Amino acid sequence: MEYVIEMLGIRKQFGDFVANDNITLQLKKGEIHALLGENGAGKSTLMNVLFGLYQPEAGSIKVHGKEVKITDPNKANDLGIGMVHQHFMLVENFTVTENIILGSEPTKMGSINIRDAAKKVQELSEKYGLNVDANAKIEDISVGMQQRVEILKTLYRGAEILIFDEPTASLTPQEITELMQIMKRLIDEGKSIILITHKLKEIMEVSDRVTIIRKGKGIGTVVTADTNPDQLAEMMVGRQVVFKTEKVEAKPTDIVLNIQNLTVADNRGVDKVKNLNLTVRAGEIVGIAGIDGNGQSELIEAITGLRKVKKGTITLKGKNITGFKPRKITEAGIGHIPQDRHKHGLVLDFPISHNIVLQTYYQKPISKAGIIDYKKVNDFAKKIIHEYDVRTPGEMTLARALSGGNQQKAIIGREIERDPELLIAALPTRGLDVGAIEFIHKRLIEQRDKGKAVLLISFELDEVMNVSDSIAVIHDGSIIDRVLPHETSEQDLGLLMAGQKLHQDSKKVGDE
Amino acid sequence: MSKRLTNILVPLISILLGIIVGAIVMAISGFSPVDGYIALWNGVFGNTYNIGETIRQITPYVFAGLAVAFAFRTGLFNIGVEGQLIVGWLAAAYVGYAFDLPKIVHIPLALLAAAVAGGLWAFIPGLLKAKLQVHEVIVTIMMNYIALHVVNATIATLSDGEKTEKIHETASLRSPFLESITDYSRLHWGFIIAILAVIIMWFILEKTTRGYELKSVGFNQHASEYAGMNVSKNIILAMVISGIFAGLGGAMEALGTFGNISKMTAFTGIGFDGIAVALLGANQPFGVLLGAMLFGSLKNGGLNMPNEAGIPVEIVSIVIALIIFFVASGYIIRVALERISKKKKEEK
Ligand SMILES: Nc1ncnc2c1ncn2[C@@H]1O[C@H](COP(=O)(O)OP(=O)(O)OP(=O)(O)O)[C@@H](O)[C@H]1O
Ligand SMILES: [Mg+2]
Repeated sequence: MEYVIEMLGIRKQFGDFVANDNITLQLKKGEIHALLGENGAGKSTLMNVLFGLYQPEAGSIKVHGKEVKITDPNKANDLGIGMVHQHFMLVENFTVTENIILGSEPTKMGSINIRDAAKKVQELSEKYGLNVDANAKIEDISVGMQQRVEILKTLYRGAEILIFDEPTASLTPQEITELMQIMKRLIDEGKSIILITHKLKEIMEVSDRVTIIRKGKGIGTVVTADTNPDQLAEMMVGRQVVFKTEKVEAKPTDIVLNIQNLTVADNRGVDKVKNLNLTVRAGEIVGIAGIDGNGQSELIEAITGLRKVKKGTITLKGKNITGFKPRKITEAGIGHIPQDRHKHGLVLDFPISHNIVLQTYYQKPISKAGIIDYKKVNDFAKKIIHEYDVRTPGEMTLARALSGGNQQKAIIGREIERDPELLIAALPTRGLDVGAIEFIHKRLIEQRDKGKAVLLISFELDEVMNVSDSIAVIHDGSIIDRVLPHETSEQDLGLLMAGQKLHQDSKKVGDE
Repeated sequence: MSKRLTNILVPLISILLGIIVGAIVMAISGFSPVDGYIALWNGVFGNTYNIGETIRQITPYVFAGLAVAFAFRTGLFNIGVEGQLIVGWLAAAYVGYAFDLPKIVHIPLALLAAAVAGGLWAFIPGLLKAKLQVHEVIVTIMMNYIALHVVNATIATLSDGEKTEKIHETASLRSPFLESITDYSRLHWGFIIAILAVIIMWFILEKTTRGYELKSVGFNQHASEYAGMNVSKNIILAMVISGIFAGLGGAMEALGTFGNISKMTAFTGIGFDGIAVALLGANQPFGVLLGAMLFGSLKNGGLNMPNEAGIPVEIVSIVIALIIFFVASGYIIRVALERISKKKKEEK
């Protein structure tokens, strides 16, 4: 069998820390090869080696059977390797075509020939069914389409081998389905794909083979058809993983969060939350189910004081906190795991230890009379790193250098450790591996069992159904229904999320 | 290669390279590099007078460097150190001659006046940045020109002449003792204040909650807001503290070196050199101290090169600029060293 890419015995070290230890990955022509591993297992590192961003300390890379040295991404491009990064690298106010030709602009007598480029982009888009408008501005198109622009970029540069690093983490379910189809079409056109994802369902659906790595070491490669999600999870984590989190019946007591007639506008002044009412009681997890963009972000930002409330009231344990500053709200007893961990959750250029005290750096015992005791900071950070299993070379490592999942675990540790009356968890498991997801779900349930209130926002139906005690469905800025997970099917929930009140109608029909 | 070794080796190699290239320039222009460098050396260390003058020269550079570095560490580009420095200079000089006070009150009051003036001058760009998102680089550059002309106009009204009165003895940082041990150089106690300022900057940034907030806001305003910090206040404060350092730099000239302020036809340049000093010191307070020492020594030592070795001022400026250039490009040398040690490893 012919391999298009062979990475043999790759070793990559950061200082004393071994991120890749003797890893082998062989990609066949025309296959979708999944790369699976826990957060921080070294997947992105391995792909960065293949893409020429890192130089390995040992091992060799063969392309079409010939040994090569990939010294930089340009070299990778020349070899037909393209990478779609998890965080898009697009210029917001450039058009699709401008972004695609950036760095390799076709020139005609010294001036950029944008018309021909746009034509070529449009042709490529049609050939692969990417449905991208070559002349649209990046800031005006959806996340899913931005990702397709990234794919086009690699195709435009003649990539034969495409690397996708967690492409589905920020996509809606529909966009994910579309992406899967695009991948299959790419394969039909003779391309080969390496796909990194934490979602076992996706791996089962599209991949031909799976290579599993754990803590930097290669565990093995299996044929997808011969395996199942349980086995994959076990190979990856090294133990059995429970997908459905066990929990006892909730015992909700007093109302902790009470939102009345809340209206909130977005940056452009358009109302995104409209007359919304919501209560969360102590001892329960309320899940907010909804399609992205129905006011979830604005709702959370309003509760946490990051966005102005236009109308309505928010009370916490009977105390009106509407219009309070974020710090006052935090101190009143709200913990917040933000949706965008790079924007709000972390100061990426601070060490992880500084980030772990981001909410408490000014309080005793961490600091006294305006002086921070950094020994205490480090001790506390070490404790969180240990308890929440944050995989990092040390507490002084910059947050930027941690893998996405481990950044998230640090944030979660920070927020839960403060033991807030209300914990708001927005997409808490985005980009996390199955083991970490299990761990975080357990922690959320633990908070509930301690008698705290938890508000969970998620785009994943599985997660909402699994973890919540009660589901509030948000559509177009209002809660349109409140249902119980064990009384509702995923289909019904899906319809509700799309704004159809079918559920109640069908109930009525049933009653008659 | 061990990290510590590279850290020592890199600046040494940089300085050496600068000296070599400087020598080539001197040789090409028909002067003896050996004589030139001996003159430079003597200008810095040759006698107690020169040593005193060198330390005096270093002092305002420390403040200018700290001002730039502090702003940089908190996410701001303060190009307005020059303007903040000259308003501080004027304020200290004014307090120095307009009041009759005992020394123990007079010096602190004059320093305070300089700090307030520099801080206020930086407050304006800070406010505009925090409230209206006007970029501080543009505002601080403009504030430099405003400072220059406002200060000149004020001197004209205060003195109906070219310069203000001399400050009173009670406001002076000069001391007979320092003069006596340095052969009547203009060395003054300001260098002690400069060292204190270095420690204060380190303390603020590395020990206090305020420093934590200032750095956090400099890195990521969104996360800082999420964590309950007042972003606007911290931006303004960062700028003001930077301006205070700059203003104190001006006070060194008013209360130490000159004892007054004269009308200026052009900028002093200390504020702009502060950018280079901060970069040389990697924006670390103790690094700034070292950077200022290099900068001040070369500046002062260079003055001796035309006298002793007959090298024209222009060539002297080129040689000094080359040495600083090579030190600032230490990064390139670092990379080169890493390449070499890597190659060696591979060959093994
Ligand atoms: N530049 C770096 N410096 C130091 N350590 C690093 C660096 N980049 C990655 N690491 C460490 O190497 C390990 C592997 O990181 P990598 O990003 O490859 O993980 P991953 O498998 O992609 O995880 P995730 O699924 O969370 O994205 C992590 O422990 C990370 O902290
Ligand atoms: Mg990764």
